[in-house]
Amino acid sequence: MAKVTIDGIEIEVPDGTTILNAARQIGGKIVPPAMCYYTSLKDTGGKCRVCLVKVSQGSAKDPRPMPKLVASCRTPVADGMVVQNITSPDVLEARKGVVEFLLLNHPIDCPICDQAGECDLQDLTYEHGTEVTRTEFERRTFDKIDIGDKIKLHMTRCIMCYRCVYVADQLTPERVHGVLNRGDHSEISTYIEKAVDNDFSGNMIDVCPVGALTDRTFRFKSRVWFTKPMDAHRNCSKCCGKVVLWMKGDDILRVTGRKDHYGEVREFICNECRFEHKNTADWVIGGPRHINRHSVISQNHYEKVDLQKLRKEIDRQIVFQKGKQLPETSTSHS
Amino acid sequence: MGKKLLLEHINEPGIQSFEVYRKKGGYASVEKALKTMKPDDVTEEVKRSGLRGRGGAGFPTGMKWSFIDKKSGKPRYLVCNADESEPGTFKDRYLMEHIPHILIEGMITSSYALGANTSYIYIRGEYMYVAQILERAIDEAYANGFLGDHILGTDYSLNLYVHVGAGAYICGEETALLESLEGKRGNPRLKPPFPAVAGLYSCPTVVNNVETIAAVVPIVNLGGDEYAKIGVGRSTGTKLISASGHINKPGVYEIELGLPVEEFIFSEEYCGGVWKERRLKAVVAGGSSVPILPAGLILTTAKGEPRLMTYESLADGGFVTGTMLGSGGFIVMDETTNIVQNLFTFTRFYRHESCGQCSPCREGTAWMEKILHRLLQGKGKKTDIDILVNAAKNIEGNTICPLGDAAAWPVAAAIRHFRKEFEEIAESTTEGKKLEIATH
Ligand SMILES: Cc1cc2nc3c(=O)[nH]c(=O)nc-3n(C[C@H](O)[C@H](O)[C@H](O)COP(=O)(O)O)c2cc1C
Ligand code: SF4
Ligand code: FES
Repeated sequence: MAKVTIDGIEIEVPDGTTILNAARQIGGKIVPPAMCYYTSLKDTGGKCRVCLVKVSQGSAKDPRPMPKLVASCRTPVADGMVVQNITSPDVLEARKGVVEFLLLNHPIDCPICDQAGECDLQDLTYEHGTEVTRTEFERRTFDKIDIGDKIKLHMTRCIMCYRCVYVADQLTPERVHGVLNRGDHSEISTYIEKAVDNDFSGNMIDVCPVGALTDRTFRFKSRVWFTKPMDAHRNCSKCCGKVVLWMKGDDILRVTGRKDHYGEVREFICNECRFEHKNTADWVIGGPRHINRHSVISQNHYEKVDLQKLRKEIDRQIVFQKGKQLPETSTSHS
Repeated sequence: MGKKLLLEHINEPGIQSFEVYRKKGGYASVEKALKTMKPDDVTEEVKRSGLRGRGGAGFPTGMKWSFIDKKSGKPRYLVCNADESEPGTFKDRYLMEHIPHILIEGMITSSYALGANTSYIYIRGEYMYVAQILERAIDEAYANGFLGDHILGTDYSLNLYVHVGAGAYICGEETALLESLEGKRGNPRLKPPFPAVAGLYSCPTVVNNVETIAAVVPIVNLGGDEYAKIGVGRSTGTKLISASGHINKPGVYEIELGLPVEEFIFSEEYCGGVWKERRLKAVVAGGSSVPILPAGLILTTAKGEPRLMTYESLADGGFVTGTMLGSGGFIVMDETTNIVQNLFTFTRFYRHESCGQCSPCREGTAWMEKILHRLLQGKGKKTDIDILVNAAKNIEGNTICPLGDAAAWPVAAAIRHFRKEFEEIAESTTEGKKLEIATH
C-alpha cells in the first residue's frame, strides 16, 4: 500500500495505482479530468494531457519533485508522494493551455452535434477553458465517412484520444481502422473505408469523448437531454446484456453501455443489443438511470442568462477580435 | 591541428572497404575486447572515458549501458540510431558514407559489452544509398569473421541488421524508433519503462547515436583514461560538428571538445569565417531545436568568458543567455538573415514531423506555424508575438516526448533575443511587402 496526498487530502491505495485513480477514490473537485484514459481499455491514456498534475514530492524515499508535470492517468503513485492538482496554478495554467489546443480545430458545432449534452469536451471546456478564443484561422475539416451501416465517423470533431483504436484492438477479432498520417493531419480512418463490422464495434461510439463517432441509428433523432435514460437488461449470449435505453415516451431511440461516474463503460455490450433491439418487449426495464454529473441531461435546464453580463462579454470579445488590449472581464465562471 | 579519432583516415583512398580499413588498424578494438576483456570491462572503459551521447541529449554512455537489465534472462539488444533528421545535422551520414566500418566495428565491440547477440542499425529512409554502403560493409565483416557465429573463434556471436525507416524525424526519438523497428506506427512510448528495462520487443535495449557507437572504437583502443584527457571537464573526447549556413567552408569537422566557438567559426582550419565579408548575426549551435543565440552571446557568455564548444559552456546562462551543444548541427547566420523567416522554416518542420499523438504538440506546432506564416505575409498583429510565446510555453514540458520542447524552444529563443524583428514585421502590414512562402 502507498500513502499519497493529493491537494492536501491523504489516501492509502494499493501499489501500482495511478495518481488519477487515487484521486478518483478521494472524489470531488480534486479529480483531474481525463479525455483519453479509459479504465477498461488497456494502455489508454497519456495522450490528451488534460490530466497533467504536479508531483511536488516524488516519494518518502526520494522527496525530490518531478521536473515536469506528469500525466496522472499513467503515473503510478509512490509511498509518500505529494501531488497538486487544483492547488497548483501551474497545473491550471497548463490545463487551460491544453483545452485551448484541443479547441483550436474543433468545429464547436454543438448545436448540430448528437454528442452535445453528454460531451466530455463540452464539460472540459466549461470547467477548465478560457472564455475567449485566440485563434482566427480556418479550422481543419475532413469528409464524414460511414464506417459500416451503423457508425458515422465525423473526423472533424475528433481529438485523437485513440480510444476507438484500442476498442478495435482489444474487443474485436481484427482491427480494420487506425490512425493515418501525422501531426495535425493525422486522422482516424478505415483506410479504404472498409466497413467496421463485427460484434463489438459499436463500443467505439461509447468510448468516443466527443461527437466524432456517432450511432447512425440515432443520428439527429433527438437531443440527448430530451430522452430519458433507463437501466435495462436482457439475456444475451454475446455480452453482459446490461444497457441503458434512451427513451422518448415508449420508444427506444438508442441503446448504449452503462457509463460510470467518470463517463466510462465498465462492461461493454455487443452490437446486437445496441442496434437490433429497439423494442421495449425485448428488455427487462429496471428503473431510471441516475446521471449524476453536472451535464445538462441531468439538470434538464440551462443556467439562467444574465443578459447584461452577456452583452458585456460580447463587447469584450469584439474588442479582442480587433486585436486591441483586452479589458478586464466582469464575468467569470464559478 | 586538433586530434582526429574518428576521421583520422578520412582521406585514405579506399577507406570505405574492409581491406583498407583493416590495414589502417581497423577492427583492433574487436580483437582487444573479445580476446582480452570481459564485457563489463568494456563498459568500465566507456565509463572512464566520460563519453556522452552524441545524439543530442548528452547522457553519459557508460552509465546508460550499466542500466541495462542483465538479469531478466531476456535477450538484450543494441540499436544504433541513424535516423539523423534534425535540421542542420549531417555528421552521421558523413561518417557512415565515408568510413562505414568504424560504425560496424563500434557495433560489434559495444554489443559485446552489452551482451547483445542481435543488433540493429535503424537508418532514415532518405539515406538509402548509405544503407547500401552499410550493407556492403556488413557483408565484408561477415566474410572476414567479424560478424556471425563465434567471432574470431571466441564464444561470442553477433548478427547485425540494417533497418531502413520510412523517413520520419520522430523515428529518431528512441522509443518511436523501437516501435517503428517492431513494424508499428512510429509513435513515441510513454516512459517509464525506459528501453534499458523494456525496449525492443519488451527486452532490455540500449539505443545510441552513430557517433557515440563509433567513439567506442578509439575508447577501447586508447583506454578510457587516455580518451578522457582530450576535452575540458565533463566534455571529453572529440565531437563531429556539421557546420552549415553563411560560412566560407561548410562541412563536417571533428573538433576536440573545448575549442573556442570563435576559433571554430573564424579560423581557416574550420568554418573559415562568415561568407561575403559579412558580419555574424546569430548561431543555432546544436541543431534546429536548440535556442538561437545572437553573435554577442555565442562568442562570449553573459559573464564575459569566451564561449567554448563544450556541453557546459554552451549551456552557460541556461536558456536565458545560453543554448546547448545538442546534435552538433552548427548553423551560422549572417547579418542579412531574417530571423522570423528562419523561425518559420524551423516551425514548419516541427509541424510536419509531429506524430500527432499528444494535443499540445499536434495542435500547438500547427498554430505557431500559421501565426508565423501570417506575420511573414504582412498580415500579423502585435498580439501574435505574445500568443507565440504563450503557445510555446504551453507546449514545453507538457508533451509525451521532447519533440514538443524541440518545437517550443526555438520560438521562445528567437523572440527572446530578436523581439524587435518580430515587432517590426507585425507593424509593417503593407500588402506590397508580402513574402512568397510555400506552406506545404
Ligand atoms: C524528436 C527527436 C528526434 C531525435 N532524433 C535523433 C536522431 O536522429 N539521432 C539520434 O541519435 N538521436 C535522436 N534523438 C535522441 C534519441 O531519442 C536518443 O536520445 C539518442 O539516440 C540516444 O543516443 P545517445 O545517448 O548516443 O546520444 C531524437 C530525439 C527526439 C526527441
Ligand atoms: S510531443 Fe509531438 S511528436 Fe512527441 S509524442 Fe507528442 S505529438 Fe508525438
Ligand atoms: S487522460 Fe491522461 S493524458 Fe489523457
